[in-house]
Amino acid sequence: MALIELDDVRRVYDLGEVKVHALRTVTRQIELGEYIALIGPSGSGKSTLMNTLGCLDRPTHGSYLLDGEEVVTMNRDQRAKIRNKQLGFVFQNFNLLNRTSALENVELPLMYGPRVSARERRDRAMEMLGKVGLADRYHHHPSQLSGGQQQRVAIARALVNRPSILMGDEPTGNLDSKTSREVIELFRELNELQDITVILVTHDQNVARNAKRTLVLRDGEIVQDTVDFKLAKAALEYDPALEE
Amino acid sequence: MSFFDTVRIAFLALLKNKMRAILTIIGVVIGIAAVTTIVSIGQGASKLVSGEFEALGTNVILVFPGQTRRGGARQSGAPTLTTADADSIGTECPAVLAASPIVGTAGQVIYGNENWNPKQLQGVGQDYLTVRNWDLEAGGFFSTSDIESNAKVCVIGQTLIPKLFRTVNPMDEMIRINNVPFRVIGILGKKGANMVGDDQDDVVLMPHTTVRKRLNGSPLDNVGIIMVSARGTNQMGEAAKQIETLLYERHEIGPSEEPDFSVQDTTEIAATLGIITGTLTLMLSAIAGISLLVGGVGIMNIMLVSVTERTREIGIRMALGARGKDILRQFLIESVVLSCIGGAIGLLLGTGASMCANVLINIYKPGTDWPMIVSIPAAVVAMGFAAAVGVFFGYYPARRASKLDPIDALRYE
Repeated sequence: MALIELDDVRRVYDLGEVKVHALRTVTRQIELGEYIALIGPSGSGKSTLMNTLGCLDRPTHGSYLLDGEEVVTMNRDQRAKIRNKQLGFVFQNFNLLNRTSALENVELPLMYGPRVSARERRDRAMEMLGKVGLADRYHHHPSQLSGGQQQRVAIARALVNRPSILMGDEPTGNLDSKTSREVIELFRELNELQDITVILVTHDQNVARNAKRTLVLRDGEIVQDTVDFKLAKAALEYDPALEE
Repeated sequence: MSFFDTVRIAFLALLKNKMRAILTIIGVVIGIAAVTTIVSIGQGASKLVSGEFEALGTNVILVFPGQTRRGGARQSGAPTLTTADADSIGTECPAVLAASPIVGTAGQVIYGNENWNPKQLQGVGQDYLTVRNWDLEAGGFFSTSDIESNAKVCVIGQTLIPKLFRTVNPMDEMIRINNVPFRVIGILGKKGANMVGDDQDDVVLMPHTTVRKRLNGSPLDNVGIIMVSARGTNQMGEAAKQIETLLYERHEIGPSEEPDFSVQDTTEIAATLGIITGTLTLMLSAIAGISLLVGGVGIMNIMLVSVTERTREIGIRMALGARGKDILRQFLIESVVLSCIGGAIGLLLGTGASMCANVLINIYKPGTDWPMIVSIPAAVVAMGFAAAVGVFFGYYPARRASKLDPIDALRYE
């Protein structure tokens, strides 16, 4: 059984007069320990797919089995529990809580899960900050940290509950190329050394190249699914309008 | 998330915006302070009134001579009560502490070159002071033999001293009442004004026999009123019943006949006064309650702003696994913490204001023992009310926060 099984997943936004088909149909499987990049032009549906995989959004059609459990029929609370336990999120704009120390930011997911003592919570958060190399900055607020450091705090926060999947929505979008490389390296390490499944949405070809498998989306459908980045790049640059 | 963590987070969130938190709670502070002050002053007032009433003789029952029927004509105030009635009420009714006949008269009191018309010139029985719960300041009261011998002795109230005697000590001085000479054998303690504002110290008391025979020149043995005191305020009803039964028997009135007397107790007046102060307190509390309501709306307003402002934070928390009820609880507790802090400050201010009121009342009217009560139950109720305001006005914003869509909330700029 695959970690993620998508079967004819569709997402339609009903805007009253028009219906927007953000995902037309997606049927795909993702195994534990994969490292996947989702690429595609703007409006291709990659963010929608990401939100669906991240249990933030619910498809309007189809089936999504995560670890054998059907997500589509779950209620809000059940999906919140899944997000807390099995998923870790990293965002383009870091999404750390302002005026809250790095340590407390990392502790957050532990507060929403099963009861963990304050001491254990702190220990686990410190350990995680240590792993991303920020143990000495635990008391700093996000505004006192650089972009790269903030993103590493966010990664520590995403991983503190030991999820099986780490999701990144343009995780390097707000970083300079040097810190980008550091963050990419961190993702690779997490995937290779700790066997964490990594799924990233990105525009950055360097990030996508680093992934082991690339899904290319266009108009709500997966048009390429390959381990060869050259093929993915070709699919991304392919413009159906030029064919005519 | 544990309750403790939620409260801690609520405090942290409020500390991030201290100024706003302070401004928000002012409404609740004023509301709770006003309610506390008014209730405590109101309770003090009713305590004072009932205390004063007690001093006047709350347990006083008046027996009036009633109507008589003479050849079909009904007449009120007929002389139907006698001294013997008063004596037997005093001795035969178990719930009665003491009884005294009262015979009124009017006239002028003369001492030397001074004259004065006291409000009350009364002939009373030996137990009058017991009935009225009144003490003598100097001298003594007339005895049984004084009453039997129609002695020309009197006891005067405080008001007469400056009017008639100025610097002279009135004891054993001779005064003339309607040209009959009386010796002053006692001076009453100060009683002050009664509830309708009459000066109770403007009084001369004489044996009732003396008044009837020497001043009124009446050959009959009737009395104006019989004043009775019950053994306690709670025995008023019983005493009144016993007096009625006794007088029915003494006056040989059948059960179907109309009595020739009427018994009136003062509990009704006390109850009315209680209702007046109670209503006043309630009304003022309602006004203060309105300010609490306004304070609550203030909290709701700020919480709504806060929810909008922190939409992104809510999104982040949801993405990390916060359920709707976690968010609901977080914002609800924040508003309850806000209103409870406001309530606590208001309670302190209210207590302070009550104490100030106490001091002011004592300056304005020295000697008033205005009992200022900020009772523990009142404090608990005030805090409970503050918390309820927090829950009531915090619920809508909190619910709104909990219903946000995580994706929309995350995208919110």
